[in-house]
Amino acid sequence: MEMIRGYPDYMRESIEMVAKTREARAKETMRRLTLEERDEVLKNFHPDYKPDAKAEIRIGRSKGEKAPKEVVELLEAMPLIDESDVNLNQIDFDVDILIIGGGGAGTVAALWAYYSGVPIENILMCTKLRHGDANTMMAQGGIQAADRPEDSPAIHYLDVLGGGHFTNNPDLVEKLVMEAPKIIKWHEQLGVMYDKDENGNFIEISGGGTSRFRMHSAKDYTGMEIMRVLRDEFRNLGMRVLEFTSAVELLTDGNEVTGAVLFNMETKQYYVVRAKAVILATGGFGRLHIMGFPTTNHYGATGDGLVLAYRTGARLVDMDSVQYHPTGAAFPEPIVGLLITEKVRGLGAQVVNKYGKQFVFPLEPRDVEAASIIKECYSTENYVVTPTGLRGVWLDSPLIELLRGEGTVVKSLGAMYRMFHRFGIDMSQDPILTFPTLHYQNGGVAINVNAETDVKGLFACGEVAGGVHGKNRLMGNSLLDVNVFGKIAGISAAKYVKHKKSKGKLTLAHLDRYMKELKEAGIKSEKRAPMLLPDYRGKAVLSRKLDIVV
Amino acid sequence: MEENKEKTIKVYIMGKEHQVPEGLTIMKAIEYAGYKLVRGAGCRAGFCGACATVYRKANEYKLRVALACQTLAEDGMYLTEIPFVPANKAKYELEKIKPSPNIILQYYPEVARCVACNTCTKSCPQDLKVMDYIQAMKRGDIARAAELSFDCVQCGLCAARCPAEIVHYHAAQLARRLYGKYLAKPSPNLEKRIKEIEEGKYDEEIKRLKSMGLEEMKKRYMEQQKNAEKEEA
Repeated sequence: MEMIRGYPDYMRESIEMVAKTREARAKETMRRLTLEERDEVLKNFHPDYKPDAKAEIRIGRSKGEKAPKEVVELLEAMPLIDESDVNLNQIDFDVDILIIGGGGAGTVAALWAYYSGVPIENILMCTKLRHGDANTMMAQGGIQAADRPEDSPAIHYLDVLGGGHFTNNPDLVEKLVMEAPKIIKWHEQLGVMYDKDENGNFIEISGGGTSRFRMHSAKDYTGMEIMRVLRDEFRNLGMRVLEFTSAVELLTDGNEVTGAVLFNMETKQYYVVRAKAVILATGGFGRLHIMGFPTTNHYGATGDGLVLAYRTGARLVDMDSVQYHPTGAAFPEPIVGLLITEKVRGLGAQVVNKYGKQFVFPLEPRDVEAASIIKECYSTENYVVTPTGLRGVWLDSPLIELLRGEGTVVKSLGAMYRMFHRFGIDMSQDPILTFPTLHYQNGGVAINVNAETDVKGLFACGEVAGGVHGKNRLMGNSLLDVNVFGKIAGISAAKYVKHKKSKGKLTLAHLDRYMKELKEAGIKSEKRAPMLLPDYRGKAVLSRKLDIVV
Repeated sequence: MEENKEKTIKVYIMGKEHQVPEGLTIMKAIEYAGYKLVRGAGCRAGFCGACATVYRKANEYKLRVALACQTLAEDGMYLTEIPFVPANKAKYELEKIKPSPNIILQYYPEVARCVACNTCTKSCPQDLKVMDYIQAMKRGDIARAAELSFDCVQCGLCAARCPAEIVHYHAAQLARRLYGKYLAKPSPNLEKRIKEIEEGKYDEEIKRLKSMGLEEMKKRYMEQQKNAEKEEA
């Protein structure tokens, strides 16, 4: 196969057509879909609506509700440990607050717990990868905050609710939008380098489903910049984190959460943590590869927090909806499924088919945009097929250069440019091929405005928690979510531990209850959970595997 | 995929020979060969810097560097991931320091030892002008150092290879935070909006939206979407 500037020669014909229609298209605006039209494309083409996508949850607080099959399997799986494996009388860490998860939400929670008066030695964080190896680090496009005079928190509120099909928890949305400007201010004070003009005004653009320009960004490394700064602050303060150490089970006194059993993934030893409060900040489930989709998520996004919380009696909400990001990379093969930030469309790139023709407004809410792309690829012949048989449509990135001047792509989309450039593609000159990819866990553990779950002593924030985004999250609201609810979780947990005089008993009594429920429902699973990490080892090797201790 | 499966290449992972399909990234090749990564894999998309890799191509003496998740494995490649870089990170209270020209040298005095060999720039998998930002630090030009280092994923390869023992990526973090806090102007809108929120200016409207019936809210939402701000041509 001959390659011409990164693409096989047969794709060049279509790329030429995209180039040919570009100038005329630049002036053409697609109509936004009505609510009815949105519903229709979702029903017919969104992966959530496939008949075999979901299963019913048969046990626990959310019994009767639907969730992706892959999640239900984990909820029905056997625990990794039982009472005979661990000595809960020997406590390794005795703290006020344990934070599980070292991404954006967990780090923000740690900082705000400290700001709220909890001594540093009484806060402990654990994370299964390195501190900061998380979806926050990978968030590219931006963070929403209604701070321009043309905008208001009320407008932001309605955008969030409409984007979520009016299924969001309104109280959580109110918190999200009202706290947003304060979060950006806090970031300014910490030294986050947002894109600004010479007078200090943020350069703000739009995102899918937003009716005002309110996307604050730091090139297309927004999450990385925020995460780097938060982590640097955490390190400056000398706060404690256990890396490569995952939580394998929460501990309770039978009702309230009182600690956790952690597992050092390198030495294989366990640690018993006693804590007055536990903050769950474990992120989402992209690495479960729901419906076989590739994912934009980091290596550890295996939905562990859902399993841990559910076994203690927490409730789950909106688990029936999964976010597929409209634009994952569909070519070249080594980066298939990786994120092409919505900022590419925010800056003006249109989504076009094989013939260089637009078929959808580029900034519909994510589920609608994704469904429209799937429709074009699977109900028409207007898609482009890759050498490995994948289908995709073009994201016309060179249009950005036409609209905003030469050099904009390199300047504003450095990460994207670099990613494609590594494989010989210059996205400022040629369009890039795209298809939806598994991106975000819309639902999660139910929380209230204080980031409290239904289980006493257990707080949750960030992607693991549900209700903020309802059944569909808009761009720029997850970086905001991890900050707002991370902050709230830190403050609430600090308040909670101040009033809680004694620490609770450490037991796995909730597991007995859970196992009993599984048994009564006639569920026998071969699987074990939490998953901790996905297994990508080659089949040839695994088929010859021996379990010999060395 | 079928096509790829048929064709394999030889790679040497930490010196050991393995046959892997052609077209995999270095990270996927390591996994295909049977290693379940705990260290050495983070975001898997080129943002976290967990998979810094040193490799050598067949018939070359030169050691090259890359992010394992963003680089294709090639036939005859010798490679290893670097699990950790034990570099020093200075502690500082950003509130209490000023963006004075010598501030970075105060926390990272080794920056002054730069011999301008350019090894750091050559070792950067992000292709940043690392040496140029170190030179900017020496000149006290914090803004330039912040700008040039902005795309840094903090993999630590620069520090691992520097003959002058400079910890480029940590020094750059300080430069960027100083820039963000002190050199960039604070947003004027932000102050105003926060004050308005604190004074309860939006409480009434949000309350009204929260008590609105679904149909009315949908109508209002679509109006808002229709009247969305548009880019001026």
